[in-house]
Amino acid sequence: MRRVYLDNNATTPVLPAVFEAMQAYFGEHFGNASSIHHHGQETRAAVERARESVAALLGCRASEIVFTSGGTEGDNLAVFGVTQGLTKPGQHVITSTIEHHAVLNSCKHLESSGCEVTYVRVDRLGLVDPDEVRCALRPNTRLITIMMANNETGVLQPIEDIGKVAAEADVYFHTDAVQAAGKVGIDVKRIGCDLLSISGHKMNAPQGVGALYVRKGTALRPMTFGGSHERSRRAGTENVPGIVALGKAAELAREAIARGDLEQMSNLRDRLEQTILSEVESTAVNGQGAPRVPNTSSIYFDCIEGEALVIALDLKGLAVSTGAACSSGAIEPSHVLTAMGLPSERARGSLRFSVGKQNTPEDIEFALGIIPQTVARLRELSPIYNKTAARY
Amino acid sequence: MPQTRTIAVAMSGGVDSSTVAAMLRAEGHNVVGLTMQLWNQRRLAGHEGMPEAVQGRCCSLDDVYDARRVAETIGIPYYVVNHEERFERDVVRPFVEQYLSGRTPIPCSLCNNHLKFDQLLIVAQQIGADALATGHYAQVDFDQTRGRWLLKRPTDRSKDQTYFLFGLTQEQLSRTLFPLGGMMKPEVRQLAQQHGLALAQKPDSQEICFVPGGDYKKFLDAYLAEQGESLPDTAGELVSTDGEVVGEHGGIHNFTVGQRKGLGIATGSPLYVIQIKGDARQVVVGDQEELYSRTLRVHRTNLISVEDLREPMRVTVKIRHRHEGASAQIEKSGDDGILVSFDQPQRAITPGQAAVFYDDTVVVGGGWIA
Repeated sequence: MRRVYLDNNATTPVLPAVFEAMQAYFGEHFGNASSIHHHGQETRAAVERARESVAALLGCRASEIVFTSGGTEGDNLAVFGVTQGLTKPGQHVITSTIEHHAVLNSCKHLESSGCEVTYVRVDRLGLVDPDEVRCALRPNTRLITIMMANNETGVLQPIEDIGKVAAEADVYFHTDAVQAAGKVGIDVKRIGCDLLSISGHKMNAPQGVGALYVRKGTALRPMTFGGSHERSRRAGTENVPGIVALGKAAELAREAIARGDLEQMSNLRDRLEQTILSEVESTAVNGQGAPRVPNTSSIYFDCIEGEALVIALDLKGLAVSTGAACSSGAIEPSHVLTAMGLPSERARGSLRFSVGKQNTPEDIEFALGIIPQTVARLRELSPIYNKTAARY
Repeated sequence: MPQTRTIAVAMSGGVDSSTVAAMLRAEGHNVVGLTMQLWNQRRLAGHEGMPEAVQGRCCSLDDVYDARRVAETIGIPYYVVNHEERFERDVVRPFVEQYLSGRTPIPCSLCNNHLKFDQLLIVAQQIGADALATGHYAQVDFDQTRGRWLLKRPTDRSKDQTYFLFGLTQEQLSRTLFPLGGMMKPEVRQLAQQHGLALAQKPDSQEICFVPGGDYKKFLDAYLAEQGESLPDTAGELVSTDGEVVGEHGGIHNFTVGQRKGLGIATGSPLYVIQIKGDARQVVVGDQEELYSRTLRVHRTNLISVEDLREPMRVTVKIRHRHEGASAQIEKSGDDGILVSFDQPQRAITPGQAAVFYDDTVVVGGGWIA
């Protein structure tokens, strides 16, 4: 069966050039980067080259990059690393209602250990208002953590303005840029953030590697204790093949952005989005009108259970998603879409399409060839749709 | 070789539904495995009286894991679908409210009617399946002469689950398969083994899936506390069948018709709960003989083998899952009601339970005991 993958916000395939770059570090160059001998020096050099490449993607110094195991660890290290919440209660943190669970649940954990947290709301487009962040500031506010691009809608947050709010108040600012890296240019100086996390597998490097930008001078307490790896900010032997891959992926992402490849990505996304909207009735884009990353489209289909639509499409060879998946693999109603004010039926009837570097115009045509008929079948069998139809 | 169809299998992670999936796959059908996520076991964990750790049978991660492993083993696509909202609305809430009004509910029938053979069957059709197969021990057949789909008792009578399936409509039965209906349980385990399923010897589930340890009173406390509601005060009098007050009780939800223990009064002869009067908060107690009665009424009736009950009919009636069945006559009573008159008085007829009517092996229909 032909299969087309349009769920690149969940994970992306490793690019061939990235795979090639990392391969030598499984066998040929296997050294521990902390060893003093030749083998160690070889891998140390590779790790530091990768660090420079990631730093170049983010516009910072290499020494400000801490390699992690991925987005979740980066978010956790940022949130806990500067709040010291576990030992010093009575601090305040500002975040938003649409953050990834890596940030949301970290904040909930802070709350349970005595820290106060404000969850700033978003508007109908899924945007955080920097003025609301400003209003939420308190004398004991320690950290603002607001994501750069939302994983479900792709909506880009006004983080430069939030960065200014943080700077004026002299509060740490972290942004989860996992869904932004490789899809828009990132410059930590322009953003004005102290901490920024990215994940390898969302940008064509493998799963299990990521990076956290930590601005020089940030008082970051480590979460793991052991050797003095990563300048004592993250103990544990480096995942050298993963780090090399992330370095290569960062280099390719920077080149692609400079070349204008993102426009191709948005062309594919726009073709998919506009055709669905014109061919399928009672649909709309969540967050339309807000600035978005070029690859993501969240669309609601009235009178549809998104879950059933995802399964029906998968059985026909098209991989998309409804949003975040829970541990059993079942789908929980999206906290992001409900936070935007979508009624729960519409949140449950929403699908996320996310295009990747590997997708072609033919992939989009394949998707468009099956989506309208599949939606029609689901609606035909939907008790809600029939009731709605009978009313008119 | 039967005709190849696309069949969805409701997989619970147990041996029965897993074997169904393996059987249908071996017959060459396009099989899709579906598990319903109905209840989040973590919700009440740690509430008073509830286990700290995640436990309970249904919808646990362990069961989903087992079902997923089976799907991998036999090579079928597998999905978990979330119906927690519907389950809470149509099964858990009514379960709680029935107990609080002095009845003894059976959530499994509600789940079959509202979730498995409604929501899940719709999803099955939506994703392109012609039928939904489950691991229930029951049989479904189309009867040409009557022009109706029939629900029948299975070959393995000790596993008979027809009591919980009396609510199925003709439309639902027409799209349902019970592949284990003609098999004995040991054969099913053997078949599971032959198909290489690791869970062939997994124990059968017994208790109500969302009530850990089967202790419904602790569940009520924990659930109401979680909802920010308090257990309504239904304490009242214990009265004899003559209406004489013989004691007090702490709340009607603590009692079930036929119950002997825990009445808290000492008398010469053993006392039983005869009736629970929800409105008056009274629990009527009496001796063994007073537990028996000859008639009952059901409402919200569903008829299967016949379209309508035009005249009285002789049937065998089961008044609880483990009841062996008793001869009776049934006749219409009001809009959706039926009056059941037993040949011999029956012990502990319990409001909230179902009465299911059988004509030999065929399920005539059933309803909820008023």
